Amino acid sequence: MTENKNFEVGLSSDALRQPRRVVFITRNTSAKVKEEVGPQLMSFPHVILRETIAFQLLTIVLVVLALFWDAPLEQLANPLLTPNPAKAPWYFLGLQELLHYFPPLVAGVLLPTLVVLALIVIPYFDVNVEGEPLWAHRSRRRLQIYVGAFAVLFVLFAIYGAWTVLAPTALVGGLGLVPYFNPTSNSRFQKFLGSRSMSWWVMTWFIAVALTLTAVGTFFRGPGWSWVWPWR
Amino acid sequence: MATTAWTHQRLEQLRQTRVWRSIFRRGPARTNRTRSLAVFGNLGLHVLPVKVREKSLRVRATYYLGSISFFLFVVLTITGILLMLYYHPAVPDAYRDMKDLVYVVSNGVFLRNLHRLAAQAMVAAVFWHMFHVFYRGGYKPPHEFNWVIGVGLLMVTLFLSYTGYLLPWDQLAFWAITVGTNIISYVPVLGRPIRFLLLGGHIIGQNALLRFYVLHCVILPLAAVVLIAMHFWRIQKDGGLTVRDDHD
Repeated sequence: MTENKNFEVGLSSDALRQPRRVVFITRNTSAKVKEEVGPQLMSFPHVILRETIAFQLLTIVLVVLALFWDAPLEQLANPLLTPNPAKAPWYFLGLQELLHYFPPLVAGVLLPTLVVLALIVIPYFDVNVEGEPLWAHRSRRRLQIYVGAFAVLFVLFAIYGAWTVLAPTALVGGLGLVPYFNPTSNSRFQKFLGSRSMSWWVMTWFIAVALTLTAVGTFFRGPGWSWVWPWR
Repeated sequence: MATTAWTHQRLEQLRQTRVWRSIFRRGPARTNRTRSLAVFGNLGLHVLPVKVREKSLRVRATYYLGSISFFLFVVLTITGILLMLYYHPAVPDAYRDMKDLVYVVSNGVFLRNLHRLAAQAMVAAVFWHMFHVFYRGGYKPPHEFNWVIGVGLLMVTLFLSYTGYLLPWDQLAFWAITVGTNIISYVPVLGRPIRFLLLGGHIIGQNALLRFYVLHCVILPLAAVVLIAMHFWRIQKDGGLTVRDDHD
């Protein structure tokens, strides 16, 4: 036994904090997969107290807003009187803005399905668990793929005249190139950009497009889905 | 000070009573053992872990967005049940009930405002929660499946908000649902049958209102409760919230 010992024996010394237990850790397969990060607190009362305060603050804000901000109520529903424009709830206006540019099968069915599927599979892609920056190795091949994908999207959106998709794509895509060409910058913003992983860039691009489309659909679209300025 | 001492004494006496001790079998939560019992001996609290990392409680770690989403759901359940007392899912009674809320029911406007505001806020909070979790890397192992449950909760939240949108039966409601359900008919092959199933017919009328009402008040809230319970439970089972060891 002693010659072939392939485990170690440990004993927790603080019986007040941890129940006493013997730990067998076989060599090379450490049971200690991850270090505990920092000290721990008892949920009762620490979590309960914080959650209660959060709930109270939220209730106060909601009540104050609800006192002064009236929910809209229009005329009785009339199937014969179509308002122009007929708008969906605000969280679907990004989708409605897409429908303005692309065929309904693409904008109304294909893209939303792809987005939901993409969200579901996010955690099962462990290509880059460490969160390595996009341009960590300044790979030329990666640059070619990046620029290629960017160009395809750019042309596609331009053909359909989808300017409200193209603008945020160009902005985020352009920012993504900055750390490649300027890797040793000292500015804090550029250092931040340079440390971002590929998944960060994809998600940021998605959020930028979604926010732009929703904002445009909510504030800048009038009769016939034409462009209007909200202050006019 | 004297009153504080008096109150404290009375509370202590209350704690010693047979009735109190029959409800809370543990003693006062002053030791780690009784504090643990306070959590896992309680049906409502046992979804929480007994201990949490101090870092995961910092505001910057979560902005309490998940909790806020849940609290908004609680507010929506309470105001929703109260609204159900004044609502008939019928054409055109539904619209008349809205008018009654404004002109007849005491605090009816406030009740409806609160429900609508909390609904909008919940959609926004759930989206923000998801993006925040993504940027914190909270979806990474061992939290993969909880992220998937979260995506399910996002869908349920959107459908809850959407089905509620039709219920006032005004122009805004009718045409927003028209725009949305027209999109469904573009789904190949299944589009029209799904739309028919959802609306209970080819047009948005009495049947559609009733179906949206049942979805909004029964089916989707039940789905949400089940998913929320799983979501909370799995935070504990997956070893607590993700905390970073580098900074903040």
